[in-house]
Amino acid sequence: MMKQLFPIRHVMGYLSSLILSALAVTALLDIPFAAKMAILTVTAIIQASLQLFVFMHISETADTKKELYLNIAYALFVGLVTIFGSMYIFVWGWYS
Amino acid sequence: MKWDEFFVTGEPMIYGAMASIVLATIAIIVGLTYFKKWGYLWREWLTTVDHKRIGVMYILSALIMLFRGGVDAIMMRLQTAVPENKFLDSQHYNEIFTTHGLIMILFMAMPFIIGIMNVVVPLQIGARDVAFPRLNAISFWLFFAGAMLLNLSFVIGGSPDAGWSAYFPLASIEFSPTVGNNYYSLALQISGIGTLLTGINFIVTILKMRAPGMKLMRMPMFTWSSLITSVIIAFAFPVLTVALALMMFDRLFGSQFFTMANGGMDMLWANLFWVWGHPEVYIVVLPAFGIFSEIISTFSKKNLYGYTSMVVSMVVISLLSFLVWAHHFYTMGQGAMVNGFFSITTMAISVPTGVKIFNWLFTMRKGKITFTTPMLYSLAFIPIFTIGGVTGVMLAMASADYQYHNTMFLVAHFHYVLIPGTVFAVIAGFHYWFPKVFGFKLNERLGKHAFWWIAVSFNVTFFPLFFLGLQGMTRRMYTYSEETGFGPLNLLSFAGALGLAFGFVILVYNIYYSIRYSPRETNGDPWDARTLEWATSSPIPAYNFAITPNVKARDALWSAKYDNLPIFEGKIEPIHLPSNSGKPVILGAIFFAFGFALVFSWWIPAIISGIGILIILASMSFDRDHGITVSVKEIMETEKKLRGETL
Repeated sequence: MMKQLFPIRHVMGYLSSLILSALAVTALLDIPFAAKMAILTVTAIIQASLQLFVFMHISETADTKKELYLNIAYALFVGLVTIFGSMYIFVWGWYS
Repeated sequence: MKWDEFFVTGEPMIYGAMASIVLATIAIIVGLTYFKKWGYLWREWLTTVDHKRIGVMYILSALIMLFRGGVDAIMMRLQTAVPENKFLDSQHYNEIFTTHGLIMILFMAMPFIIGIMNVVVPLQIGARDVAFPRLNAISFWLFFAGAMLLNLSFVIGGSPDAGWSAYFPLASIEFSPTVGNNYYSLALQISGIGTLLTGINFIVTILKMRAPGMKLMRMPMFTWSSLITSVIIAFAFPVLTVALALMMFDRLFGSQFFTMANGGMDMLWANLFWVWGHPEVYIVVLPAFGIFSEIISTFSKKNLYGYTSMVVSMVVISLLSFLVWAHHFYTMGQGAMVNGFFSITTMAISVPTGVKIFNWLFTMRKGKITFTTPMLYSLAFIPIFTIGGVTGVMLAMASADYQYHNTMFLVAHFHYVLIPGTVFAVIAGFHYWFPKVFGFKLNERLGKHAFWWIAVSFNVTFFPLFFLGLQGMTRRMYTYSEETGFGPLNLLSFAGALGLAFGFVILVYNIYYSIRYSPRETNGDPWDARTLEWATSSPIPAYNFAITPNVKARDALWSAKYDNLPIFEGKIEPIHLPSNSGKPVILGAIFFAFGFALVFSWWIPAIISGIGILIILASMSFDRDHGITVSVKEIMETEKKLRGETL
């Protein structure tokens, strides 16, 4: 009963994602660039896997597994195209 | 913010608009009270979670917005009809073309499409409702809150005036100090959240709620197009959400994302806007393709030609749609390499689109075509849309685009794509599925009259704009001198706009006329159609199908009628349905208040309504709602009544 009222896994997941977001803000401190990137990369990877495992149930064996991975692939496609496309337009391919 | 800036003042037309808003509100309140319809409205519509009723509310709102946007269009065409016209001043003209674009795309095309999806998709896959019915109601009320917020801007505070694309730095607080563009960021944000939820809802519905036997490759083409559209929504709208949030920070909290100083980058707005904006074009046009596929196949009495290639080409379009956005700003300053890349991806999109055009033509080949109103719109769509497509390929060539970038040529092009592509489709779909929802057809004679007025006047309105663009008339000019020679063609275009308006008036009169005089259908399948939605009775009972259908072929109903493959074989069992909820509409109202407070930077009301939103959301997650169960006896009675038998 208590477990139903208080889903510990999800509450902890929610709290840790808040903490991870706060940790990422430390990249604004006056520290070396490499340290900033390290903080961002590590918190981003943990954050993403947290979302995938706790909230999106990626580890569950279900008949929708194929669709889940297709969705993630599509999301990656759109995300990478947006980031690298913008870089292509504004940095690498910029007329100067 | 001074109080004398709160209401827009100084123009007789604005005072007229204020008076008509107040009068209409009073009329609605008095009417509802006099006819004692408040309870009915609340129980049957405002709190409903039924996908069909939500769809009807979407379509009704879209029709109202079509007229709001249409009046904007007439005013623009009237202003430019003759040189040096004084009908509108430049500020008012700027506001009108901005809201015309926003309303037509986001508050007319999108909700019309989503409304038709809501009505049709669960029926086509044999489901009882969408996967998350209450979320669906939230989607609608968020869209409605956003739409009302944007419409309010005309009389309170001033409308956005930096174009529907709201390019920075023009849309920044520095160059647009009025609240207009605050309305832009907040109204679009609120309705955008609703759209995003719809996208997710329909992906889950189509993937998880299909009737037994309805394999993916047996789904009707409209459902396929809705699935792909929902996927594009789910991946394109987050970009808009982020861009609008950054815009809001810039305008309300003094951040510097899109400014030209302190490391901000104004062009990044254009970039993010079109990363969303181009897929958005396909969000409104792919379901339209689905609608045409259904109609052409039904009225040619043939199955859809090249089903698999239709699906593949839509998937390819959905991927390519994310790879072309820079073609909206070839002239911004990026190098030839970038423009070359985006030229090629843009032209590549015309290949899968061409495949679809040929598939429709082959569907009609040797078919037994009946020229009903929806079929007429579909037939007119093919050549007109092809003109839009060909001029699109012309615009796609980056080096040539420098000549006609942001001229009336572009305006003509996208109207040639969006009006036959989306508007014809939703009107055709409206005529086609109207008897399904309401149990009677729209009058064919009036429908055809409206069609000819709309189709002919559309060309009279927009074809001259191609030539005006090539002569050098840029878009968004509020007036021009006589020496330019733009006068005669603009006057012709205005005449066309009047014809279009007349066509739409006939369309609305047709709804009234048909409600009064159209013979009522007793059969759920008035068009001798092919897909599952016609297998249930019309109007549709709340539970859609008394017996869960068992699908054995692609055109399920056609095979049931002519190939002896029955759909309904089980026996009637009790049906579980979601119960109504008042929380979505309350959530929409609070979101409206939240947005309105933020527009004027009233922090205390904004915080209070923000807390209100959180309270509603929290209370929704603790709701214990087991829905309602319709007993076998009730189902039998409803079914008998729908068949016209006496109890």
